[in-house]
Amino acid sequence: MAKVTIDGVEIEVEDGTTILNAARKAGGDIVPPAMCYYSKLKGSGGKCRTCLVKVSAGSAKDPRPMPKLVASCSTPVQDGMVVQNITSPEVLEARKGVVEFLLINHPLDCPICDQAGECHLQDLAFEHGRAKTRYEEERRTFDRIDIGDKIQLHMTRCILCYRCVFTCDQITDKRVHGVLNRGDAAEIGTYIQKAVENDFSGNVIDVCPVGALTDKTFRFKSRVWFVKPMDAQRDCTKCCGKTIVWMYGNEIFRVTARKNKYDEVIDWICNDCRFEKKNVSDWNIEGPTKIERHSVISHNKYQIGTKVNAPKKIGYGNITN
Amino acid sequence: MYSLSKKSKVVVKKEMTWSEKLYLPAIFQGLMITIRHFFKKKATLQYPEQKKEFAAVYRGKHILKRDEQGRENCTACGLCAVSCPAEAITIVAAERQKGEEHLYREEKYAASYEINMLRCIFCGLCEEACPKDAVYLTEELAPASFDRTDFIFGKDKLVQPLGTSAHPKTYKPYKK
Ligand code: SF4
Ligand code: SF4
Ligand code: SF4
Ligand code: FES
Repeated sequence: MAKVTIDGVEIEVEDGTTILNAARKAGGDIVPPAMCYYSKLKGSGGKCRTCLVKVSAGSAKDPRPMPKLVASCSTPVQDGMVVQNITSPEVLEARKGVVEFLLINHPLDCPICDQAGECHLQDLAFEHGRAKTRYEEERRTFDRIDIGDKIQLHMTRCILCYRCVFTCDQITDKRVHGVLNRGDAAEIGTYIQKAVENDFSGNVIDVCPVGALTDKTFRFKSRVWFVKPMDAQRDCTKCCGKTIVWMYGNEIFRVTARKNKYDEVIDWICNDCRFEKKNVSDWNIEGPTKIERHSVISHNKYQIGTKVNAPKKIGYGNITN
Repeated sequence: MYSLSKKSKVVVKKEMTWSEKLYLPAIFQGLMITIRHFFKKKATLQYPEQKKEFAAVYRGKHILKRDEQGRENCTACGLCAVSCPAEAITIVAAERQKGEEHLYREEKYAASYEINMLRCIFCGLCEEACPKDAVYLTEELAPASFDRTDFIFGKDKLVQPLGTSAHPKTYKPYKK
């Protein structure tokens, strides 16, 4: 067991736990945001740098601080470690920079994007980013790609978090989906735009933190804040059958997997449940999903005994420097 | 009773004097007030021949703007609808097809955009929410009608006619 202090909160965790997971165990405001780490995907993390924290004392044996900010999702804790997240101005400043980098090539087309309202990049930029962009050059653009007939890839919005790649690696034995090229030209690709033919391929939509991979059956149908999420289940031979159906009146507009507090899928669902079952009679509807998020998605939604706190604005609106 | 405003006055019934009982001075006083008003500036306007100047911030009927190339600005993002306190706006989005690039500015557009003018309170929050400079409240009055269905304004009544000026507040159709 290792004892760590994160922003003054002391917590004891297993050896080998990452700082991010230790913070999640403690909970609250001290949990660093994560754009690429996904607890369900082995090997994820270490790509986006939003989870940077400052380690002001390495361990009880060697209490020297780490020279640079570290990615908390891939740094294991040591006994006696002291970590600073929101209490360190250096971390907040660095995170602001990370957001700016993530947004450099982003088209900022939230009004059109189907992910808007449940997008992690939107939330991250709102809470940590600058109000204005300083980038003046051309943004890189890509054409829209169909991955199969149900999944749409907008490469322009991708932040190259690799979550979808790890998901595909996990659900198939063959390598069907990956990142081609390097640096600025890097793009998500399937082998010559071949459909990812797998019963679970739709899950890449759920893991994608931004609107790069979206559901074509829901494309432009509505906005996420106008549809009501309902917990539903059905007897499925392929998957757990436990989903969230997003309803508008008595119509089901889309089906997604259930997610935990950090918006990570709890159980993968199959493409049958996701794309084909859009009739209310297909589902056993349990009741409204509890929405804990603070963004516009919680507008008009049910909450069961939880108070939704307005986001703490860290550095938002600071356009002076 | 305890007075909340502390402005109430106790009324005393007094015996009237002889001159008050005549009533003539009081009638004359009243007439003077009436006559004085003949020579004052009139408060009424001869509408519709004469029209009142609107305040610069007057908010009337909505308009859905086009850009300089005549394409519709609205991208059916739904932010106006979500910000509307009266829930007056309903939007159905559609995807722009090939060959329609001269009609709609963005990939997605509003296939139907309806404002219920009976619900609208002309607060202007939709104008403030719009990220695409699409919806504005003009100086035009929302017309009256006898039929409720006439108050559901669709795109036919809201979209800026082609070839009209681009600035929202200078768009005054009734002054053309
Ligand atoms: S498509 Fe989505 S999940 Fe895949 S790398 Fe890009 S942002 Fe990540
Ligand atoms: S002016 Fe106010 S009430 Fe009227 S449509 Fe706009 S937001 Fe709604
Ligand atoms: S009028 Fe503006 S806010 Fe409303 S849907 Fe269109 S673009 Fe969005
Ligand atoms: S979440 Fe740690 S680097 Fe992306």
